[in-house]
Amino acid sequence: MGHRRIDIKDIPLEQALFGSRLLALLFIVLLLTGMLVWRMINLQVIDSSRYQALAQNNRVRVSPLPPTRGLIYDRNHTIIAENLPSFSLEITPALTGDLGNTLERLKRILDIDEEDIQKFHALRRARSSHASTPLLVGMSETQVARFHVNRRDFPGVAVQARTRRHYPHGDTFAHVLGHVGRINARDIERVDTANYRGTARIGKTGIERQYEEILHGTTGFRHDEVNAQGKFIRELSRVPPVSGTSLVLTVDLQLQRTAIEAMGDNTGAIVAIDPRNGEVLALVSLPTFDPNPFVNGISRRDYALLRDNPLRPLFNRAVQGQYPPGSTIKMLTALAGLEAGTITPRQKMYATGYYQIPNDPRKYRDWNRAGHGWIDLADAIARSSDVYFYDLAYKTGIDRLAPMFRRFGLGSRTGIDLPGEAAGLTPSRQWKRKRYDKRWFPGETLISAIGQGYMLATPVQLAKMTACIATRGRCPQPHLLKQRLPGDSGTPPATAARIELSDPKHWTVIIDAMRKVITDPHGTGRRIRDGLKWPIAGKTGTSQVFGLKEDEDYDAETLERHLRDHALFVGYAPVEDPRIAVAVIVEHGGHGGVTAAPIGRRIIDDWMARQ
Amino acid sequence: MIDPNPPHRGLLQTVFDRLNLDPVLFAAIVGLGAVGLLVLYSASGGNLDVVTRQGIRLGLALLVMMAVAMVPPQLLYQWTPFVYVVVVVMLLLVPLTGSTGKGATRWLDIGIVRFQPAELMKIAMPMMIAFYFAERRLRPRFRELMVALALVLVPTFVIFIQPDLGTALLIATAGLTVIFLAGIPWRTVMLTMLGGIAALPVLWHFMKPYQRRRVDTFLHPENDPLGAGYHIIQSKIALGAGGLSGRGWLNGSQTQLDFLPEQTTDFIFSVFGEEFGLWGVLLLFTLYLLIVLRGFFIAWHAQDTYTRLLAASITMIFFTYFFVNVGMVSGLLPVVGVPLPLISYGGSSMVTIMVGFGILMAIHSEKRLLSK
Repeated sequence: MGHRRIDIKDIPLEQALFGSRLLALLFIVLLLTGMLVWRMINLQVIDSSRYQALAQNNRVRVSPLPPTRGLIYDRNHTIIAENLPSFSLEITPALTGDLGNTLERLKRILDIDEEDIQKFHALRRARSSHASTPLLVGMSETQVARFHVNRRDFPGVAVQARTRRHYPHGDTFAHVLGHVGRINARDIERVDTANYRGTARIGKTGIERQYEEILHGTTGFRHDEVNAQGKFIRELSRVPPVSGTSLVLTVDLQLQRTAIEAMGDNTGAIVAIDPRNGEVLALVSLPTFDPNPFVNGISRRDYALLRDNPLRPLFNRAVQGQYPPGSTIKMLTALAGLEAGTITPRQKMYATGYYQIPNDPRKYRDWNRAGHGWIDLADAIARSSDVYFYDLAYKTGIDRLAPMFRRFGLGSRTGIDLPGEAAGLTPSRQWKRKRYDKRWFPGETLISAIGQGYMLATPVQLAKMTACIATRGRCPQPHLLKQRLPGDSGTPPATAARIELSDPKHWTVIIDAMRKVITDPHGTGRRIRDGLKWPIAGKTGTSQVFGLKEDEDYDAETLERHLRDHALFVGYAPVEDPRIAVAVIVEHGGHGGVTAAPIGRRIIDDWMARQ
Repeated sequence: MIDPNPPHRGLLQTVFDRLNLDPVLFAAIVGLGAVGLLVLYSASGGNLDVVTRQGIRLGLALLVMMAVAMVPPQLLYQWTPFVYVVVVVMLLLVPLTGSTGKGATRWLDIGIVRFQPAELMKIAMPMMIAFYFAERRLRPRFRELMVALALVLVPTFVIFIQPDLGTALLIATAGLTVIFLAGIPWRTVMLTMLGGIAALPVLWHFMKPYQRRRVDTFLHPENDPLGAGYHIIQSKIALGAGGLSGRGWLNGSQTQLDFLPEQTTDFIFSVFGEEFGLWGVLLLFTLYLLIVLRGFFIAWHAQDTYTRLLAASITMIFFTYFFVNVGMVSGLLPVVGVPLPLISYGGSSMVTIMVGFGILMAIHSEKRLLSK
């Protein structure tokens, strides 16, 4: 290297070095600007006459041809999202002459709402005056006819035939499909704008959003000849658009309806999946809403009604709702104990009405004040003894419980193909240290073990957990997309994770116990045992919405509804050859065995009867 | 150059001094902004709402600039590593937390505000590289050069795969300018350039299909005159039809009959060129060049290595904006989606540019304070 390295910070020399480099940079800047100037002289002086002629003869305008959005079917190819023809009245402000006057006259013949006019103005302001901007969408036939009679009086105004998304089953699939809506500035950020020229709507939530890219298709172009005033003369050529891919989902219309019906007026969520491959058979969140008004832009008032409804119909409880899972996770607690060797299946304990940690005066109560007497593991699960699991949890410890919960997917997203899935929460020492900067207390292990306290799970996580048990550890990946049309011949069943136990017999222990939940005369699920055509394994849960003081009594009659316990049920059938796993959450439904289990059975029966 | 300290000090002079504002830079910026609003009125088909909104944006951005001008460069220096690290972390968070859409993920949502971290990088990058070299003796050793290159190229790559080719180009320019100014040997400059050319196939590999299409269209616009090449051809027709003296404000047929694509944003220069002709274009170039020269002047007179490098780098970003946009609409460069600074319709890049100017002004007034 010919350059001398300066070993002391030599300020004048640095300045001189900088100066010479800045000069070089200046030279580069002038050179590049010179290139631009030369380019402009070329365009605007040397070749100008050629370009002027081109501009004069510029008679070809390119306009986009939006593609047809892909359709969506349920697993039996029943259509659940379709496109209907729709006429819209569009105005090109630059061509109307007096816009205010035009609107005034249109109002007289077409009966237009003030709200439509305001929306039109809002849209128009953000666009060029040459852009065709919709004033009315979904015109009635009378309106179309009336306009056509008068259309000569309205230059710059035209009726456009377009298609409109329609959800024939209304609110049945609102939380599965989601809906499309008008594209806003935020949506533009996530798409290739060139392909959305001419597209007015985009998937906002649900499947419509998740698979936006493949549903949308590819925009085509039309080349029109126009006259010197920019008016259309004839079409020259076109590149046709390519329609979006249609989707076949895994959901079943009838099962979805049965699930909604079974819930009655309750709020809550249901997720039913095929444990063998993770296909989601039904996914319900209640209350639900009709997605159709969103397609053309829901009115502000109607939207406010949905948004401000205290029952939150727009909230997708099935994947976003995080609930204390309650006793439905006791199987996992049991597995943690079996694996750690802190319990054996046969070992019995005398379960009273409460439990105490040594040297701690606090009483951890059982839901059954009278206690359950001498019980083994299977009895403990069947009767949902809290005290048995308090003791087990105390001996096993959170450091062995939490990893077991996590192996079944609690505390992390299942990866279902819906946007906005929540992760739930599996607490641990490290988590509490990070979140609250406090140490973990043994009592917290006890309440975590029965799915209370910090524990939170989503309905789809519980369904997946149940499927993991049903398949003895071959955890499926819950998903909604079954097949693309045209396209693949179906998605292969995906296994999300494999759970290996030190002794495979442990699976049999807890599965037998889940059978007992329903068959045992003391089982919490005994109310659904009559007339079973296929063996069901299940577990009920009742999770506290608010904490009772140590000596307070829980009295459903005197409590306000929104403070009442959530009722839960997870289960699958048939036990030896599982075809369906279901998770039911009835918000403020009281006892899981009373409210949620019958709903679960109805869904299982409906599905199994058709196999 | 204009003497910043004339003997007679009027009221206006005092106000500018107090606010740390450089009158030359300020006048050129306001001038360009005004030209921009005029062109925007024409480009939007006479839509006053669009013009008003842009006017408000311009005003707010000027306020931001004035606020930044009050921050002492010493403080910027101290914050630099922190700012850089935070912006890099935010950039890395974008693909992790950004929206699930697969088109382009650029926004970061932190509850109250939503912004593009890549935009902040246009300021953080020159600050960091200037900081790195200000801490060290010049000329840089080979190892230092490699570290600096990594500091530049890692964020550039992250932004590139977002994908945002335009911004990646701008921040790479910002960082490489500082490295160049720090005095790396010419031989290294040449080698790096050769290395860059050799890396082009790798870039191609990481490009999204629509980016590849753009490059292909740039190389062969005639293959697809009514499809993707349409933009460039229409833009060239508009500029060429403008001729020497232009077709007059609101009279460009390309503009008014809507043949020009994206005429309020990336292609607004074509509107200007069609309606104001070569004379107008040269006047506009002069305004841009005036700002660049003033920026270099401020860098030349700055007090220490950090502010010198920072001022020059910020100026080069501004120039790159200008060069790439004009080059792109006149068919000299591929369409990469870089706006014409201070004139294109839109907000986020305007604020960044004004923050840059604010820093320039702060550096400029620090120099004056010290020399008194």
